[in-house]
Amino acid sequence: MTTATSEMPAAPPSTRRASIEEAVLPAVVGLLIAAIIGDILILSFGQNPGTVYRLLIEGTWGNAYGLGQVLYKATTLTFTGLAVAMGLRAGLFNIGAESQLAAGGFLAAIVGLALPMGLPSIVTLPVFILAAAIGGGVVGGIPGVLKAKFGAHEVITTIMLNFIVLALLNYLVAAHLRVEDSLHTANIRTGALPRLSNYIGAFHGSAANVVIFVAIATAVAAGWFLFRTRRGFELRAVGLQPDAAEYGGVNVGGVWWKTMALSGAIAGIGGLNFVLGYKHYYEEAFASGAGYLGIAVAIVGRNHPIGVVIASLVFATMSQGGLAVNAVVPKQMVDVLQAVVIIAVAASVPEVRRLLLRSRKAGQ
Amino acid sequence: MTIAAPGSGPAIRLTDIDKYFGPVHANRSASLEVARGEIHALVGENGAGKSTLMRILSGMYSPDAGRMVVDGRDVTGWSTASAIDAGVGMVHQHFMLVPTLTVAENMMLGRELTRGAQLDRERAEREVADLSRTTGLAVRPRGLVADLSVGEAQRVEILKTLYRGAKILILDEPTAVLSPPEIDELWTVLRGMRSRGETIVLITHKLDEVMEISDTITVMRHGRTVDRMRTAETNPSEIAKAMVGRNVQLAMDYLADEHSKPVERIVLPSSPSLDVRNLVVTNARRLTAVDNVSLSVSSGEILGIAGVEGNGQTELLEAIAGLRAAREGKIAIGGRDVTNLSVKHRGDAGLSHIPEDRHARGLLLDYTVAENLILGQQHRYVGGMQLDREQILDNARQQIRAFDIRPADPNLPARALSGGNQQKIVIAREMGRAFQVLLAAQPTRGVDVGAIEFIHTRLREARDAGKAILLVSADLAEILALSDRIAVMYEGKIVTTLARADASEEVLGSYMTGAAGEAA
Repeated sequence: MTTATSEMPAAPPSTRRASIEEAVLPAVVGLLIAAIIGDILILSFGQNPGTVYRLLIEGTWGNAYGLGQVLYKATTLTFTGLAVAMGLRAGLFNIGAESQLAAGGFLAAIVGLALPMGLPSIVTLPVFILAAAIGGGVVGGIPGVLKAKFGAHEVITTIMLNFIVLALLNYLVAAHLRVEDSLHTANIRTGALPRLSNYIGAFHGSAANVVIFVAIATAVAAGWFLFRTRRGFELRAVGLQPDAAEYGGVNVGGVWWKTMALSGAIAGIGGLNFVLGYKHYYEEAFASGAGYLGIAVAIVGRNHPIGVVIASLVFATMSQGGLAVNAVVPKQMVDVLQAVVIIAVAASVPEVRRLLLRSRKAGQ
Repeated sequence: MTIAAPGSGPAIRLTDIDKYFGPVHANRSASLEVARGEIHALVGENGAGKSTLMRILSGMYSPDAGRMVVDGRDVTGWSTASAIDAGVGMVHQHFMLVPTLTVAENMMLGRELTRGAQLDRERAEREVADLSRTTGLAVRPRGLVADLSVGEAQRVEILKTLYRGAKILILDEPTAVLSPPEIDELWTVLRGMRSRGETIVLITHKLDEVMEISDTITVMRHGRTVDRMRTAETNPSEIAKAMVGRNVQLAMDYLADEHSKPVERIVLPSSPSLDVRNLVVTNARRLTAVDNVSLSVSSGEILGIAGVEGNGQTELLEAIAGLRAAREGKIAIGGRDVTNLSVKHRGDAGLSHIPEDRHARGLLLDYTVAENLILGQQHRYVGGMQLDREQILDNARQQIRAFDIRPADPNLPARALSGGNQQKIVIAREMGRAFQVLLAAQPTRGVDVGAIEFIHTRLREARDAGKAILLVSADLAEILALSDRIAVMYEGKIVTTLARADASEEVLGSYMTGAAGEAA
C-alpha cells in the first residue's frame, strides 16, 4: 500500500479549468509540433511553407466544395472516433472499427436493396440506422462476448475479425451482389439521403450529406450517456478500475460485451455516410482506413465526444488538404503529419500534465 | 568487512531535507540524526514522509535541498549503488525478490559469483548459510523464493541487504506481514545486530513496536521531523500526540484501561444476521483458500477474525460480499440465502462492505468524492433516464458533514484526499446508509491515529445500534479493542472462536501460528 504516491500528502484540488487545460493542451502541443515538422518537410521539398499552408487552407476551409469534402470525411471519422472512444472509456481497445464500419454499411445496403422503391427518407432513415447499428454491433459484440466469457483479449480478436469480416463482405459482394464489371452492389433506389448541396448550392459537387446531423446527434448522445447516466457512470468505472466497479455492484463482463456492441454499432452507423449519403451502393473497401483513423481521432480527442468531433475535423482537413497541396508537395506528406500529430499527442499527455503541475506549484 | 568508524560522529545525519513530487511537498526541512549502533524508530502517520526520507537516504531519490552525511562523509544526492557500497541498505515493504530463483540466487543477483564462465552456486549457498548462522536469520539457501512464507521472504530480504555489506539497515514497516512470534524473532535478530555495532532505522507507525525495540525516536508529521526523543523517557501517548498534533485515544489505552474493558455483552439470541455454513472458496490459483468455514454474527455483535494475513481472510470476505464464487456452502443475510446473489443484490439485502484495499476496490480515485459516496448505490440515484446530480450532491454534503471528510468539497477527485479521508469516504458510504450486516476488512489500515479513533467509535456505535459486524484486521490491538467474540483463521480454517474475555495477544498469537490448534 505504501507506494510512493500513497506516502505523499494530498495533491492540491484540481479545478474544472485545470482539467480542461489538461485535456486540451496535449492536442494543441501535438498540432504545433506537427506544424513545425511540416515546415521542415515542406522546406526539404524546396517549397515555401507559407504557400503550402495557404493552399491547404484554400483547398479545404477556403471554399464551399472543399469545406463540404472536409465535413463529409469528418462525418465518418466522428463515428469511428466515437466508437473507439466509447471502448476506451470502458478500458477496451477496439481496433475493429474498420470492419464494423463496413458491416454497418453493408447491412444497410442489403436492407436498402430489399425495401420498396420510392419511400421518403424520413421513413427509411430510422430503418437504415437500425440496420447499420446491428451490422456494426454484431461485429463489435462478438469480441466483447469472447472477452467476457473466455477472457480473449479484444485487441487480438478485433484485429482478426477485421480480416475475417472484410474478406467475407468482399466475397459476398464479388460472388453474389456486384454489378457486372464493378466491385459494388446495385444502386439503392429508396430513401436516398439528401446532400447538403440540395439546401446550400455552394456545396455543389461535395459528398457532404445529412448523415452529418446523425453524427452530431450521436456525439451529443454519447456525451450524455457517458457523463450523465447510471450506465455511463458504470462504464467509466469499469474503464478506470474494474475491481472497484465490481465491488460497486457492476457486472464487469456485461459492461464489456455491451460496450463493444455499442462501440461497433456507432462505427456501423458511420457506414451510412458513404452508402446512403454519397454513392447509394455498397462498395468493396469503402471504409479505406477510416476505422483505423478513428483510433487516432479518439486519442487526439482524448476520448471525449467534443474532442472527437474537433479531432475528426482536424484529420479530415489534413486528408482533404493533402489533395489540395498535391501539386507542390506529395500528398503523402500529410499522412506523415497525421502520424506526427498522433505520436506527439500521445507522448505529450503525461509531459503536459507534469508541466501544468509544475506551473501551478510555482503559482502558489 | 568492517568500515572503519571515522571519529565518533553519528552514523547518519540528514539536515533540512526538502523533497517535492510535482505539487506535493513530501519532506519539509526534515532532519534526522542516528547514532552508530542504535535502533532508531522513524514514526509518523501515513503520508508523513517517512518512506520518502528513507528512500532519499538509500539513494532512490535525490533531495531537492538539504545535506546528507553518512559516517562523517557528505553523500548528498548519492545513487543507490554508492549507498550500497557505503553499507546503507533498505528493506522495502514490498519484497523485491525474483520468485522463480532460489534464495541463494536472489542473494547474489547483481553481483554474481562465478567460477570460470559458470555461476558458482555452491559458494553462494555456503556464504548464505554462514551469514544465516551468524545473524540468526533462518533461511534455506536452496529454497525457491516462490515457496517461501512472507516471514521467510522478509528474512531473505534482510539477509540480502546484509550480504551486500550493509552496516546501516533501513526497514520499512517490517512487521506488517508478520505473526507475533515472527515479530519476536525479528526483534531478536535486530538486537543481535545492534550488539555487533550495526545501525538500524525502523519505519513504523505501531507504537508498541517503537516502545519495545527502539533506543531513540524521530517523529514526522506532514513532511517535517517534529520531535526527537529517547524511548526510555517517553510513552505511547506522548508519541501519538507528536504524530497527530493533539491528544488521541489509542486502542492500546483502551485495552490497558480496565474500566473500559468490555463487560460480557448480552447478545440477543435472535436468528443470526449473518450466517455462513460450510463455506469453501478457492483462490486465484484454484487452491482452497477458505476450507469449510462456518460462522455467524448476531445483531449487535462484532465478530473479529484474527490471523496472519494470507490465511484465507481476504477470500472469506470476498465470498461473503459476492466478489468471489463460493465453491461449496451457504451464505445467509437476515435469514435469506444470498449465496447466488450478485454484489448489488446482496447490498440490497442489507450488506455493507468496507474492502481491505481502498485504492483497488473501495474507491474510484479519479471519480469525485460525491460520486464515490454513491458507488454501489448508483441505481438508487437515478431520476428519469439519468443520474440525479442534485441528489448525489445532497447526499455528499450530508455524508461529508456526518463523517468529517476533509476537505469538505464534494467535487474533488478522491485521489486528492489523504489516506485517512479517503477511508472516511468508504466508511461514510458503507455506514451512512441502511444496512444490517457490515463486513469491515482492515478498516483502519494506513489511516492516521486520529482517524482510527473516529472509525473505531463509529463501529462501536453501529454495533450498539444493532448491526452485525464481521471485522477482519491484521492488527491484534484493533481486534481486541472492538470484538465481542474472536475467531482465529489459520490456513483457511477457523481454528478457534473465543469470547473476548478469554482472548489475549498471547493466546491469539499461538492460534494464529497453528501452534495452539495442533496442541488442542
